[in-house]
Amino acid sequence: MTPIPSAAETARIQPAATAPELLRNFCIIAHIDHGKSTLADRMLQLTGVVEQRAMRAQYLDRMDIERERGITIKSQAVRMPWVLEGTDGTRTPYALNMIDTPGHVDFTYEVSRSLAACEGAVLLVDAAQGIEAQTLANLYLAMENELAIIPVLNKIDLPAAQPEKYAEEIAGLVGVDPESVLKVSGKTGVGVEALLDRIVETVPPPVGDADAPARAMIFDSVYDTYRGVVTYVRVVDGKLNPRERISMMSTRATHDLLEIGVSAPEPHPTDGLGVGEVGYLITGVKDVRQSKVGDTVTNALKPAAEALGGYSDPKPMVFSGLYPIDGSDYPILRDALDKLKLNDAALVYEPETSVALGFGFRVGYLGLLHLEIVRERLEREFDLDLISTAPNVIYDVTMEDRSVVTVTNPSEFPGGKIGEVREPVVKATILAPSEFIGAIMELCQTKRGDLQGMDYLSADRVELRYFLPLAEIVFDFFDQLKSKTRGYASLDYDVVGEQAADLVKVDILLQGEQVDAFSAIVHKDKAYAYGVMMTGKLKELIPRQQFEVPIQAAVGARVIARETIRAIRKDVLAKCYGGDISRKRKLLEKQKEGKKRMKTIGRVDVPQEAFIAALSSDAADPKDKGKK
Amino acid sequence: MSPALPDGDPAPADGALPRWAGGSGAPQRAFGVYVHVPFCTVRCGYCDFNTYTATELGGGASQDSYATTALSEIELGAHVLADAGLPAREVSTVFVGGGTPTVLPAGDLARILDGLRDAWGLADGAEVTTEANPDSVSPEYLRTLADAGFTRVSFGMQSAVPHVLATLERTHDPARIPDVVAWARDAGLDVSLDLIYGTPGESLDDWRTSVEAALATGVDHVSAYALVVEPGTRMAVQVRRGELTLPDEDDQAAKYELADELLTASGLRWYEVSNWARERADGSVAACRHNLAYWRGDDWWGVGPGAHSYVGGPLVGDDGDEIAGVRWWNVKHPRRYATMLAAGQSPAAGRELLDAPTATLERVMLGVRLAEGLDLAELSAAGRRAVAGQVAAGLLDGRAAIGGRALLTRRGRLLADAVVRDLTD
Repeated sequence: MTPIPSAAETARIQPAATAPELLRNFCIIAHIDHGKSTLADRMLQLTGVVEQRAMRAQYLDRMDIERERGITIKSQAVRMPWVLEGTDGTRTPYALNMIDTPGHVDFTYEVSRSLAACEGAVLLVDAAQGIEAQTLANLYLAMENELAIIPVLNKIDLPAAQPEKYAEEIAGLVGVDPESVLKVSGKTGVGVEALLDRIVETVPPPVGDADAPARAMIFDSVYDTYRGVVTYVRVVDGKLNPRERISMMSTRATHDLLEIGVSAPEPHPTDGLGVGEVGYLITGVKDVRQSKVGDTVTNALKPAAEALGGYSDPKPMVFSGLYPIDGSDYPILRDALDKLKLNDAALVYEPETSVALGFGFRVGYLGLLHLEIVRERLEREFDLDLISTAPNVIYDVTMEDRSVVTVTNPSEFPGGKIGEVREPVVKATILAPSEFIGAIMELCQTKRGDLQGMDYLSADRVELRYFLPLAEIVFDFFDQLKSKTRGYASLDYDVVGEQAADLVKVDILLQGEQVDAFSAIVHKDKAYAYGVMMTGKLKELIPRQQFEVPIQAAVGARVIARETIRAIRKDVLAKCYGGDISRKRKLLEKQKEGKKRMKTIGRVDVPQEAFIAALSSDAADPKDKGKK
Repeated sequence: MSPALPDGDPAPADGALPRWAGGSGAPQRAFGVYVHVPFCTVRCGYCDFNTYTATELGGGASQDSYATTALSEIELGAHVLADAGLPAREVSTVFVGGGTPTVLPAGDLARILDGLRDAWGLADGAEVTTEANPDSVSPEYLRTLADAGFTRVSFGMQSAVPHVLATLERTHDPARIPDVVAWARDAGLDVSLDLIYGTPGESLDDWRTSVEAALATGVDHVSAYALVVEPGTRMAVQVRRGELTLPDEDDQAAKYELADELLTASGLRWYEVSNWARERADGSVAACRHNLAYWRGDDWWGVGPGAHSYVGGPLVGDDGDEIAGVRWWNVKHPRRYATMLAAGQSPAAGRELLDAPTATLERVMLGVRLAEGLDLAELSAAGRRAVAGQVAAGLLDGRAAIGGRALLTRRGRLLADAVVRDLTD
């Protein structure tokens, strides 16, 4: 018999009219590349909600960037029917809600809200790679939320798959028998039906009070150009009805429900959403900040007394300056940020002026991926050329007079008598083959890490736990970790607090003028290395001028490194006769064009390329370039 | 002459120019003719000029027939200028360059000069120069040129130091230089020597030797050029392979300064960034008048493959727009050049019509290079404001600036391009 419900069976699982016992809410926890989207696509096909011909690869990842990078940034929910046949032959229809979760460390809060909307989680692990640190972190999060865990190995069709080895590993983590680990291939569809059956059998149905005032948790909020903000909710108690007035419990703002429905996966308006159900709301608001992830939606006329727990405001952890390369693009950048903000509640920014880079914004991000995504979207969707300054974290500086300065931009780091500087600290989890333990410990040592513990996941895989300054992670920790472990290590981190540290600001001076864009806050022991690196880099990048240009690195008034760009002595074409004039004039026009794109610091002309190259972390030493 | 032709608009098949808009009055500018001879016996490793070593290039293009082909362009030129409404002007300067003009028989060069006389007339006291390779002249050859009306010869000496000449792949014997200079002077010709500095392996003393050797001949004119390794030359390949190491610009600057000191001490005065000439009793210098015409923005017709020509305004385009000048350039290959002319077509490959700001930019770019300086009135208001900064930076002469001219100091000559960028902002 087909697991797709008949018309009579479908009637039993209509939105707003499905008994909670027939609902199953689950998510998929997986690492990037472990095949979550492909598996989800296969489920959509098998349950009949997406026809074969409408199928495009990774249906659920909507943004171009997501599709290109193969990652999911924003989650969604899809309602799928599935029939299970009992041993006695009775058929029971179920409505499964699959809640897609973001897969990256920057979006831990969003993940936690997605998990809170579910009773179960599919732990999906690549059978050729084993579990990764971020997956493990999310698994622990799911276990803390008491979700039913269904361990699954994916990509068993791959020649490199080692299902036995990794079944053992994840069974050990979840606390089940290795035999019970499901083995599937999202690509070929093998084992996916069995997985759907297992979800129905294992994930508990939602429990809630149908008669209580409505309470629904927002687990995602997406801006749509045509429909305004689409809010995804999980109803816990009571019922939400079409056209009623709802209230957001954190802000007490009220809105009229213009539309309520479920995604299957295209939006279907319904007669409401009942206990345990998952769906979307449209109220006509234009900004995702008016519909915040984690907030509780209730009925405005009959409001609940208490909000659901777990709500918090997104907190930017990483800051960087964002400047248009062409200064006249500043208004375009401002409008672009205003538009992106509609769809990104975590994005914060304020105008900033840099002596070196002109008008721009200081932008706060959840983390490095968030930074990269925002920048890429600005460049791609708004056709902007941008310089972003080196990312930094927030510092709290207590002065000796006990006043406190919060620093989000190194150039704001106060001079004068400083009592204490505090910096954010993360708890980092690193998973890697055990042969790399030495290399990882060495790296963490140089990054001011503090070992908290170490466990073997299996005979040859180890989990290391460290406290590390977030600033070190933001600098280049992950790149170095990858290179020192030949790409095998994975990293997860979560900001857990702050610590006092011996930090100083290193300024870079060009002919005595401070270049704010190059200032950095670094540990005292690394100030010299930073100064030498940056002055050396700039010496290579800044063309010779008509006068000598000293480049200095300084901590306060103390110069710690110095390079000199010698004055240029010759800048003239020797020959300029009749046949040379056109060529020479065109060269001159080109040089003048190039001069316009330079920033003048004091009297020194600095090409934009020098800023970009000096601020990008991948070009640590320009002298090494082109030698390979 | 640079290797690649510029990008421009297509030139009309008959070579027609925009019409002269200056009424019946003659332009106040001198009119010169450049004749390009695109042949050499060998190509030197650093050379990117438009030149060929084969004597026979097919399609009616050969060294033997070259003078005849060039004469047909001269004839065409006379018509084109007249058809544009430009009043007739005699030729005041002629410069035959290459390549190596002296690979042609002296009689061929004389025939070309005769052709110029027939087409436009040669002004009284006209300056007629040819470039020459020290290898390829004899006293008789030089006498024939002088008898035909040539007044000046410019020898490609380049260096007096054998290892430098070897790196440049120059084949002449440096000991021959004093002889050829003497022969030319005996024939009544003014003489100039070309030198190159900054050749890989050349020391500052090598360079001093070369400048002193040039001065020892008693010539009245020296041109000294920094070696530029152009892409596509054999020398560029050698540099890329690491077989030759380029001297840095500081080395070139030091050599320029040394040359300027030695030449000045011997009574030769700079009159253009790369050119020095003997000061006469009346304070004037024995400059190359033909080259001065380029820098002063006069008109000239360039004969030969790849040659550029220029006619200044006021001209008027088909649409009635005023044009400040027209520059055009011929097809590069001698064979195509010959077949086009044989078919009665203009050999022009492309052209550019200059608007007033572009023409001004060129005047500044060229005028600043001269010891006579540039009239500050040619500059925009912003350009005039920049003068003070350049005086303060020691690149422009303060007294000349007060007198209303932008005049480069010695340091300024080495940074002339930067000065021009600043003055034309």
